[in-house]
Amino acid sequence: MKLIQKIGVLLFLIGIATFTVIPFVGKYSLQKTQVLEKTKEIHQEKMVEILAPLYGKEYSSNFSFLGEFNSNFNNYNDKLKSESLWDQVIWDDYSFPLAKVSLSSPVKDNPWLFFILSIGLAMLGGLLYNLPSYKDEPAGIKNNGIFHSSMKNRGWMGMITGAYLILFYIVLYWFPAYIVNLVAMVDPISLMLSGNPASQWFLYGLIYTIAILVMGIRMFRKYRGNKYQQLRTASVMFFQTAFAFLIPEILVLFNQPYFDFKNIWPLDYDFFYDYQIDTFLSGGGVGMFMLIWGILLIIIGVPVFTYFFGKRWYCSWVCGCGGLAETVGDPYRQLSDKSLKAWKYERVIIHGVLVLAVVMTALTIVNYFSGFGLLGNVTNQLHSFYGFAIGSAFAGVVGTGFYPFMGNRVWCRFGCPLAAYLGIVQRFKSRFRITTNGGQCISCGNCSTYCEMGIDVRWYAQRGQNIVRSSCVGCGVCSSVCPRGVLKLENDSEEGRINDLPIIIGNDSIKLNA
Amino acid sequence: MKDTRHVVIIGNGISGVTCARQLRKLNAAVSITLISGESKYFFSRTALMYVFMGHMKFEHTQPYEPWFWKKNRIELIQDWVRDVDFEANKVFFQSGESLTYDELVMATGSKPNKFGWPGQDLQGVQGLYSKQDLETMEEQTKTGVKRAVIVGGGLIGIEMAEMLAYKKIPVTFLVREESFWNNILPKEESELVGRHIKEHHIELKLGTELKEIISDQNGHVKAVITSDGDEILCQFVGLTAGVTPNIDFLRETELEVNRGVKVDFYFKTNIPNVYAIGDCAEFHEAPAEDRRTIEQVWYTGRMHGETLAYTLNGNPTSYQPGVWFNSAKFLDIEYQTYGTVPPQWKKEFITSFYWEHKSGKVSFRMLMNKAGEILGVNNFGFRLKHEFFDQVIREKWKGEKVISKLEEANFDPEFFSPFYIEIQKAYNSQFGTEIRVAKKSFIQKLFGASA
Repeated sequence: MKLIQKIGVLLFLIGIATFTVIPFVGKYSLQKTQVLEKTKEIHQEKMVEILAPLYGKEYSSNFSFLGEFNSNFNNYNDKLKSESLWDQVIWDDYSFPLAKVSLSSPVKDNPWLFFILSIGLAMLGGLLYNLPSYKDEPAGIKNNGIFHSSMKNRGWMGMITGAYLILFYIVLYWFPAYIVNLVAMVDPISLMLSGNPASQWFLYGLIYTIAILVMGIRMFRKYRGNKYQQLRTASVMFFQTAFAFLIPEILVLFNQPYFDFKNIWPLDYDFFYDYQIDTFLSGGGVGMFMLIWGILLIIIGVPVFTYFFGKRWYCSWVCGCGGLAETVGDPYRQLSDKSLKAWKYERVIIHGVLVLAVVMTALTIVNYFSGFGLLGNVTNQLHSFYGFAIGSAFAGVVGTGFYPFMGNRVWCRFGCPLAAYLGIVQRFKSRFRITTNGGQCISCGNCSTYCEMGIDVRWYAQRGQNIVRSSCVGCGVCSSVCPRGVLKLENDSEEGRINDLPIIIGNDSIKLNA
Repeated sequence: MKDTRHVVIIGNGISGVTCARQLRKLNAAVSITLISGESKYFFSRTALMYVFMGHMKFEHTQPYEPWFWKKNRIELIQDWVRDVDFEANKVFFQSGESLTYDELVMATGSKPNKFGWPGQDLQGVQGLYSKQDLETMEEQTKTGVKRAVIVGGGLIGIEMAEMLAYKKIPVTFLVREESFWNNILPKEESELVGRHIKEHHIELKLGTELKEIISDQNGHVKAVITSDGDEILCQFVGLTAGVTPNIDFLRETELEVNRGVKVDFYFKTNIPNVYAIGDCAEFHEAPAEDRRTIEQVWYTGRMHGETLAYTLNGNPTSYQPGVWFNSAKFLDIEYQTYGTVPPQWKKEFITSFYWEHKSGKVSFRMLMNKAGEILGVNNFGFRLKHEFFDQVIREKWKGEKVISKLEEANFDPEFFSPFYIEIQKAYNSQFGTEIRVAKKSFIQKLFGASA
């Protein structure tokens, strides 16, 4: 490793360490006026009463503050629950906004300084590490040492990384009040973009985008001389930065609904939720356009683009989850399970999630148009179950946290309902396939090893068969790592797309009766 | 009547495994046993280098999961065969066990050549062919190797050089020929690979042979002496001067052998129920004009196995190789060849067209007979379609027509430089033809793809 890369690693680690320590600095002190300001009118009276013991006290950490907050708040709710007074229970979670407003910390006072010391240093370190890599080496993909690496082959470094990611997601989804310092740190950026202070989702979106950009640069270095890989990496970097991150924030700045134009139902599972529909319908012409655009993508965009290009047009060129998997997750792509057993599980689970998403959405829409007469609040229960189990636990905690354990496409392969939908189109009505180059395969296994979707590419290639699989996201890495030029991703006529050669090309010994 | 024969195959490399698989496809009844001392499960020999370099784990080189063999009722025995009693139809193992067969297939592969160099059996001196060779090499290069010497400039030699380079071990590559692999590659291609080897900081000593390997006091290699009389200090020596059929246990039996097991085009040996395929088989005469009597390539091994399965199933089928093809990768540069491209040719019979990209890493050669019909191609640094060249060589297309359709033969990934445009231009200027040069597509223009 070059010196500059060592400095890069050091800076990265300092950045991550600062980021990890930041939630624990500062003091928390809550005032009655703050409670009035941050709670809904119907809860104000009660909340002011519940939190009275906290006023004027100074808490030296997030744990002591939130401990006190939760014990008072839960006491109140638990009592009502035990008496079955459900309508009086406060279901809203005020811990995040109240923790944020009661915080006073050096981070909140100097957000830019801490931003530079944490995310900034990690970013700089990442760039210093990635930019000089493979310098002075001839172009060509080097997977050298991947299975000798503790980071990339489930060694202790991989374990620590996975554990850190899982912890981060758990805190982000279910305990955001503990990281108000980090959220306050990015307030100035959020204010610049949307005019609003940051939420934990803004913090997440910002880190997510930066991670894709920095690791996207790594992709440019790693796949030097491979235009397919470089272009598709540039594409996911662009769609994440512009469509997923900047445009929705800027829409808010102009008082329009927050909307990611490239997110498609059923991955975007709340697209048809009543509050979303209300937002679109009350959003004027722009809101209406968003609603129609979203529906057009589902019913026309997905089938038409997938027919012409395969599901890769979305999964490895546009999608945000795909974007993260293809950049941050690239070092872990070889960890996907290629066994037949894993494929069996995959088919059941991913189509199960698709069915769940479709049923939930259908019920939601029916309920909406029947004025909530049909099912009442049952759809809300369904939404919170789906949001918890699929949206947060599966897509987030498992989807990303398990990169270092099960590869970078766990969510896309086993869980994403949109991938299931795209996959059905790709399998049955598409021009896309991976073509096998006659009899040139030597069964080496590079293709299967580096397939992030766990497709046993070699199984087909060594028979001279084309690869047509619903799960293939068209990342093109099998083709890139093939040492004998056997695999080519292409969109060609449907005829002969699925082929089964009885005898591999090049052997004239056996004559087949036509 | 139920087919109760027991077919025993010695060797689970690509030939033996293909034979077993194909036979099972054709015949559900016959019993099949695959024997290997090297590894219980079939693995891809060509991928051993990737295990060494950490691209893959050994399991990844196995094309079939363990359940596959059970499901297809192919018995696996992991043991080394000590000898065969051809009269009693019995195979004897090193473990002391034995097995009776009705039909026996020898698919025992090769072993590295050793030409009787002094010191060739010292510690730290080895070839690279088997799984055991890989394990030895991992052990031998773990520590203390300050320089390695590789003897013999073929495909395994360059793979070994790449493997050692991964360990940051400086390599000196002794090649007997005046240019790398020039007994197979024409001059320009050979030089192209030679330049690329040097680009990877591998010291290439052309026209140099090994004279002697010198031992230290522990029986470990200490240095080599070359034909120039130079002494090169080294702690590891790779012997990669080709391979030879692995049939020592069959010598001095009633089985007819020469360098390999002698077979006819049905892979029949002189003993009626015994066959030989793959690297270890030696045909009485070459199966085609451009073929050798011993074929030691992955693809030919596969075809041997495929063909013999038909004979074993009761449809005697003779081996008729189609259009030749092969491929390799020299460090970062991929190579494919289709048809016949010898290293040298007589100008009065053969016309050559050669194009090389300005980078010096991409090239294309096409040989034609005097009637202008295509004989074969070599391509380096870009990919061409097997099916296309199989057809045009078989149908004896005119070279000019092949070049005019070259875009159809392109197998490079999308957005890659359209080298076929440059090749068409070069052909036009060399032969004064007026082939219509392919146009760049909109996408190629958009992304500035140029050759």
